[in-house]
Amino acid sequence: MSYVPSTGDQRKEMLAAVGAADYADLYKDVPAEALLNRPLDLPEGMSELEVGKAMSAMAAKNVLFPTVLRGAGAYDHYIPAVVKSIPNKEEFLTAYTPYQAEMSQGVLQSIFEYQTMICEITGMDVSNASVYDGASAAAEAAAMCRDRKRRVTLISASSHPDTINTVRTYCYGTGDELRVVPVKDGRTDLEALKEMLGADIASFYVQQPNFYGQLEEVEEIAGLVHEAGAMFVMGANPISLGILKSPRECGADVAVGEGQPLGMPIGYGGPYLGFMATTAKNMRKLPGRIVGETVDDKGERCYVLSLQAREQHIRREKASSNICSNEALCALTAGVYLATMGPEGLKEAASQCMAKAHYLAKELTKIEGVDLVFTGEYFHEFVTTLPKQDEVLKALEDAGILGGFPVKEGVLWCATEKVSKCELDRAVSVVKEVLAK
Amino acid sequence: MKLIFEKSVAGRHSDILPKCDVEPVELSARFARTDAPALPEMAEVDVARHYTELNDRVHGVNCGFYPLGSCTMKYNPRIDEDMAALPGFAGVHPLAPDYATEGCREVLETAKKYLCEVSGMDDMTFQPAAGAHGEFTGVLLIKQYHDARGDKKRTKIIVPDSAHGTNPATAAMCGFEVVNIDSAPDGCVDLEALKNALGEDTAGLMLTNPNTVGIFDPNILEITRLVHEAGGLCYYDGANLNAIMGVVRPGDMGFDCVHMNLHKTFATPHGGGGPGAGAVGCKDFLKEFLPRSVVMDGEGRIQVRSFAGNFLVTVRAVTYLLTLGREGIPEASQNAVLNANYLMRAIQGSFDLAFDRTCMHEFVLDLSEYKKETGVSALDVAKSLIDYGMHPPTMYFPLIVHEALMLEPTETESKETLDEAAAIFRKLYELGKTDPEPMHAAPHHAQIGRPDEVGAARHPVLRWQKPEE
Repeated sequence: MSYVPSTGDQRKEMLAAVGAADYADLYKDVPAEALLNRPLDLPEGMSELEVGKAMSAMAAKNVLFPTVLRGAGAYDHYIPAVVKSIPNKEEFLTAYTPYQAEMSQGVLQSIFEYQTMICEITGMDVSNASVYDGASAAAEAAAMCRDRKRRVTLISASSHPDTINTVRTYCYGTGDELRVVPVKDGRTDLEALKEMLGADIASFYVQQPNFYGQLEEVEEIAGLVHEAGAMFVMGANPISLGILKSPRECGADVAVGEGQPLGMPIGYGGPYLGFMATTAKNMRKLPGRIVGETVDDKGERCYVLSLQAREQHIRREKASSNICSNEALCALTAGVYLATMGPEGLKEAASQCMAKAHYLAKELTKIEGVDLVFTGEYFHEFVTTLPKQDEVLKALEDAGILGGFPVKEGVLWCATEKVSKCELDRAVSVVKEVLAK
Repeated sequence: MKLIFEKSVAGRHSDILPKCDVEPVELSARFARTDAPALPEMAEVDVARHYTELNDRVHGVNCGFYPLGSCTMKYNPRIDEDMAALPGFAGVHPLAPDYATEGCREVLETAKKYLCEVSGMDDMTFQPAAGAHGEFTGVLLIKQYHDARGDKKRTKIIVPDSAHGTNPATAAMCGFEVVNIDSAPDGCVDLEALKNALGEDTAGLMLTNPNTVGIFDPNILEITRLVHEAGGLCYYDGANLNAIMGVVRPGDMGFDCVHMNLHKTFATPHGGGGPGAGAVGCKDFLKEFLPRSVVMDGEGRIQVRSFAGNFLVTVRAVTYLLTLGREGIPEASQNAVLNANYLMRAIQGSFDLAFDRTCMHEFVLDLSEYKKETGVSALDVAKSLIDYGMHPPTMYFPLIVHEALMLEPTETESKETLDEAAAIFRKLYELGKTDPEPMHAAPHHAQIGRPDEVGAARHPVLRWQKPEE
């Protein structure tokens, strides 16, 4: 099956109409030595019924955990039913990038609304239509902050390891240097940061909360960075922004983050959503698609892709980035999520994440040998020591609980609003049981 | 229509979460937010109706013909969506233990097996999230290859002037100087221009074949041989792969690495601008340079985003690949090419073809003479098509054809749709000669009239502002 609707007779008729004896005639420009000239070495095609079974069999080989206490960059939040159904509408789903504003107002307006919501939660002035994920957003932000004199990027070692490596890779691309600022007690070492800042530093990136769940002293950091004349790029967990100070309030010049918690399934890593917002001053440096409001020839309000002079199809090698396709449907999902939750719902989700994580930490650390590794305040993730780590995690998995993520310093636990007290108590009792043995 | 914020009613909300069943925790004041974001306050029904109203103002592949050249707007099978939504895929944590993610890894292995066979490559990554992201990854393979050999003099990437804008932008992001070479009049590589550009400083060539005017470059073997002879590598931009699957492979044309747009060629939906997926394949000698995730696979490799990429997009593409299989894959390409040729010949005799020869999966109309004669531009024709419920072709691309309209019908359109589309083009052709005035102001029956794009760029309004109280 190939989803080709024309019948055998029609195909013959069409071949005749273009003066071709057969399909091979259409490929006369291909040099004979390059032709494959054999069938693909692949299985025969399948009917829809068969393919459904084959894919379901693969899905069944994965083990699902009803309770997830692991985050580390992929967060298992509750996804309201309406947030699942709306992005599945066939028109939203099957449209291309809204190049033709006259028949894409729905997509354009949804992006404009998403941009507004991102500005609201981050406190920034301008958001783009999205980038690929939080890690590439951090890398794009670092690129956006570099100018002719300031080429070096600083990043905190407390950032997600995938983010550090992605920023490093983008820096490798342009031949620019990345320096990693060390961590002290699970947070950025501010003394070290002070020493590393200088006239050649373009920007410093830190995420709030950081990879270990700890809250960074972001306002103090912003002060140090600005004093050195550099830009402050702040990564943010969007759910946490229901209760945490916005990046703008903290002094960020660019706010980025992983938007997955806003209604996207953990999905083995993607598709996720990179959000990216900045101040009005830096508007024209922002990469990616941006939707703007305008009027049509009758004076009616409408929306278009705007500020395109920054982009690759106009600027080619001088563009601010090569990005074109981004994560529009994920941005739509985030918009629907934020509209459904509203300001109160977002705050409630954030408060519950924090409350559950603290309850879990309190109960776990009552167990002998389980202690918090870091001393700072945290949001919904924390690191503990854990004796018999492999055995404990396996016992949790056998009980349907995906436990914390093993890191160098111990185990990184996460709790979201999705887990109930009862689930947390069960997890704690499994840990207790194994360690009592 | 109203913006979602203009429908917000203070105090209105949906009840989604239960009451908190553990004791609340207070943040220190220096971390705590004091102002609530001005998100909309709505009941679920308000949200559902708002987005349904927006959805009614979107033209998707399911609404009608979408011959947007270079974008391969083929039908997106519904079964692919069902498979991606299976909890057994959607609910898997990327950092779950290996035994719990066996099915996900089988999906990636299957995708690799099929796509390596289709592209003639030996290994593949699914980390890149889109075509341009794939280009970035692919050109970084080239950079790492030269670096690993200590070959520091290779600072230039050659890009024909007919290339997609992402090609030069990508080369620049990878730190290369871009050498633009003029295309031959048929959009193919000018061998003399290529020879003159090649040298000891050549890192590689970025090329799409069939090229951006829909012609398969007959000199392709000579082109890749010349680049290799100069010590450079050849990068295949897979944007136009839908023309050639199962017929000829980038690997057999002499390319060393390639990206494929799963959201074009492999039928995953484009979602109004992503998420896509830009799988990158390479020959054996480059595989040690493919990206990995630090948290999933450890240190030591490049990485272009977190985790394993847009996995659920790959699930859709694998569903599609399994469905098509050995015969269906070439059948899709052959009919994409047949449909393009059929539509091109059906339009011929009205608007001028930029190149009057057999095309691949897409072709370009050149309206420069027509515009001189009637004053009707490619833009006017494109906008007039909207009134007929058809999405316009790609406009003013490639840059080497003036007043270009580029049409790519794909294989999933029937003969009836193509006949109807050709009739509309012919009708507009006549209309432009007899009564061009309305065409300058088209569309007349769309969601909006022509928008003021210049005004939008000059006075940017990029977000809604709460009105002053």
